[in-house]
Amino acid sequence: MKYEAVIGLEVHAQMLTDTKIFCGCSTRFGSEPNTQTCPVCIGMPGVLPVLNKKALEFSIRTGLATNCSIASYSRFARKNYFYPDLPKGYQISQYEHPICEHGYIEVVADGNVKKIGITRIHMEEDAGKNIHEGGGNYSFVDLNRTGVPLMEIVSEPDIRTPGEAVEYMKKLRAILRYLGVCDGNMEQGSLRCDANVSVRPGGQKEYGTRAEIKNINSFKFVEKAIEYEIKRQIKVIEDGGQVIQETRLWDPNKGITEAMRSKEEAHDYRYFPDPDLVPLTVEESVINEIRSGLPELPDAKRKRFAADFGLPEYDAELLTSEKAVSEWFEEAVHAGGQPKAVSNWIMGELMRLLNEENISIEKCLLKPGQLAEMLLLIDRGTISTKIAKTVFTGMCKTGKDAQVIVKEKGLVQVSDISAIEKVVDEIIAKHPDEAARFKAGEEKLLGFFVGQAMKATKGKANPQILNDLLKKKLS
Amino acid sequence: MKISIEHLARLARLSVTEEEKTLFANQIDGILNYVDKLNELDTVNVEPTSHVILLSNVVREDLQGDSLDREDALMNAPDRTDKFYRVPKIIE
Repeated sequence: MKYEAVIGLEVHAQMLTDTKIFCGCSTRFGSEPNTQTCPVCIGMPGVLPVLNKKALEFSIRTGLATNCSIASYSRFARKNYFYPDLPKGYQISQYEHPICEHGYIEVVADGNVKKIGITRIHMEEDAGKNIHEGGGNYSFVDLNRTGVPLMEIVSEPDIRTPGEAVEYMKKLRAILRYLGVCDGNMEQGSLRCDANVSVRPGGQKEYGTRAEIKNINSFKFVEKAIEYEIKRQIKVIEDGGQVIQETRLWDPNKGITEAMRSKEEAHDYRYFPDPDLVPLTVEESVINEIRSGLPELPDAKRKRFAADFGLPEYDAELLTSEKAVSEWFEEAVHAGGQPKAVSNWIMGELMRLLNEENISIEKCLLKPGQLAEMLLLIDRGTISTKIAKTVFTGMCKTGKDAQVIVKEKGLVQVSDISAIEKVVDEIIAKHPDEAARFKAGEEKLLGFFVGQAMKATKGKANPQILNDLLKKKLS
Repeated sequence: MKISIEHLARLARLSVTEEEKTLFANQIDGILNYVDKLNELDTVNVEPTSHVILLSNVVREDLQGDSLDREDALMNAPDRTDKFYRVPKIIE
């Protein structure tokens, strides 16, 4: 039987505020344990939490960027449970009245644009960190992260494949980074993802029983964990069993999901409105002000790049997935680079070199204007495209201008016909058999002669002139 | 009986004896019955109250304030190390 998966994602995004959501403690990552806490965030009696204005703004920004409606009335609730990383015994979250609802984002999957609904975005505080390693019969608790502002972004169960889930995560991350509300670092945990996964026989309307998969902390694992879970559930059903509603943990080492030993029977969080925090009524004027400050977002930019620069959809999507890359591209084009050529160099050589050196585009020594200059050298015939790769690598590694590298390494293209003619004559003389075969109609041997000539000129012969000359001499 | 004392005790991490279960069940039932009187009122046109103070939108600027010294923060902990709160091993 054919099955269809139904997937919804719950994404937690740490907001890039300087201080915690309800107190003035720093949110800095990687500080000495338990040095960024105060009576408010560690839940001392008699304290009063007050909402960080920036956390509210960031949430509204995100809501607007994901086509949500912003609630005119919103409030905080207490989610009650016991765990050592939760000093108050409850998490301040939002329940009945989240700040944003009913949005969507667009993802490109299998060449089609698909809308994935956003059910809600709500604000909440992060918990502390438990450390289990090396403690024997003990665990250790660091409360620095307690109270760091989070947005929980809940999608509709609109996702059907692991690939779509990855595209959704990537698009969401791109939007959050464009907005400057979250750094999107999955390894450090500032962007985390839980997946609700169920399967149903093709054509069936009702959803199957879902499992919640936790601990997915990279794009690769989003795909792998969901893929595994879908297969697991199908097997359970085909073996005559039933999928149980449960929380499962993704184990990246084993590549499987495992049922968590239920630490509590059915969750009973006893949500109720937090009496320490007053409700929020966001005025239309405030929403409009935040809306007017939104940057151009990935989708709009993608469409503009395709329309204004005549780029293929694929190029436009890739170039706009990171704000810094899109800006680099535009700068190179404004400096005179032909858009498609600039795009090719960014997506090919530049990405390869950045990956190799594991640096971001901002840290790259090569500046956009320098790429434009190099492209000009190619257009003028000063260097060949082949030689340009050597020049480009040199520029990235040293930050020097293309012309400087061309001069230093003596890479100027040879376009002097008589010089190339001399080489061509020598090669034909050296390979009479091949020349005869070519003349007899074995045309693919042209490549052989081009190769020999390039070798002799260290790749500097102008390919167009070389080709013309070879054809002329060999006919 | 309106409420499971066992469930409540588990949520609150309390252990109760059989006698206490009966005792508390009766007491809590009494409290709930008393509060139930409110259900006699017609509240169809009354907005639910989540807050008794008529205030909204109280926010603070994103400015750093003082944090506690680690020593002060850990001082009241039932168990600790130099840098951490220490708790019985959490097994998941």
